[in-house]
Amino acid sequence: MTTTTKNATSIKAEPGKQEVFITREFDAPRELVFKAFTDPKLVVQWLGPRDLTMKIEKFEPKAGGSYRYIHARGEHSYGFHGVVHESTFPERIIQTFEFEGLPEKGHVALETARFEELPGGRTKLITQSVFQSVADRDGMMQSGMERGVNDSHERLDELFAKGAVK
Amino acid sequence: MQTRRDVFQAIADPTRRGIIELIAGQSLNLNAIAEKFDVSRPAISQHIKILTECGLIVIKKQGRERFCEAKLQQLNEVSAWAEQYRRLWADKFEALDQLLIQMQSKKKKTTRKK
Repeated sequence: MTTTTKNATSIKAEPGKQEVFITREFDAPRELVFKAFTDPKLVVQWLGPRDLTMKIEKFEPKAGGSYRYIHARGEHSYGFHGVVHESTFPERIIQTFEFEGLPEKGHVALETARFEELPGGRTKLITQSVFQSVADRDGMMQSGMERGVNDSHERLDELFAKGAVK
Repeated sequence: MQTRRDVFQAIADPTRRGIIELIAGQSLNLNAIAEKFDVSRPAISQHIKILTECGLIVIKKQGRERFCEAKLQQLNEVSAWAEQYRRLWADKFEALDQLLIQMQSKKKKTTRKK
């Protein structure tokens, strides 16, 4: 019943702060993990929630570039966009992030993803998102709720069935 | 297949929420807990087993009696939305794990050709 070797995703969001940290280790070299974050053909394969179709409209992972992608289900679609401040292979990506589904424009977060090399060809990913207010941060964390949970069981079951999670 | 053992699993069921509330103030033995609910004793045992596995209950032996003590730190530390958000990302990253496995096996194949 245990899944001891699975890499755990940890979230640090202290009450009253404007930032969120997400930390996760991967059993792959950081060059590869970095590639999975910056090659649009690869990004669509993991970033979108399973029950939504992810469409990348624009994706320029370089300083001064910008991106926009859409998660869609039926008539509903959720757009996200931002500009890239820095993309330094294979260690760091810094970009802005705005969810277009908010009641008003201008609520932007600054995201930094750091890829640290671990022994044995593994990688530690640390992402920090800094929001404009505590309310913005809490709102963003809550917005993912409905969509994220529904399919996580299914996907897990599938991974177990494939024997991918040992 | 049920492998989930976390705070969410613990509080997903109304009887389990009832058990937590009941023993939050004082430790009780299984019989005392079972009396308070309109479900079978084996069902209560099962709920307590799940709550133990989720880390919300610790069973303490006192003589022949086994008392259930509530461990509520988890509920305070992990508020519901933070856990949901974590799971959202955990889910994406599991998909990424799969992708990385594919990428690595492809890489090996192309290196062999050379």
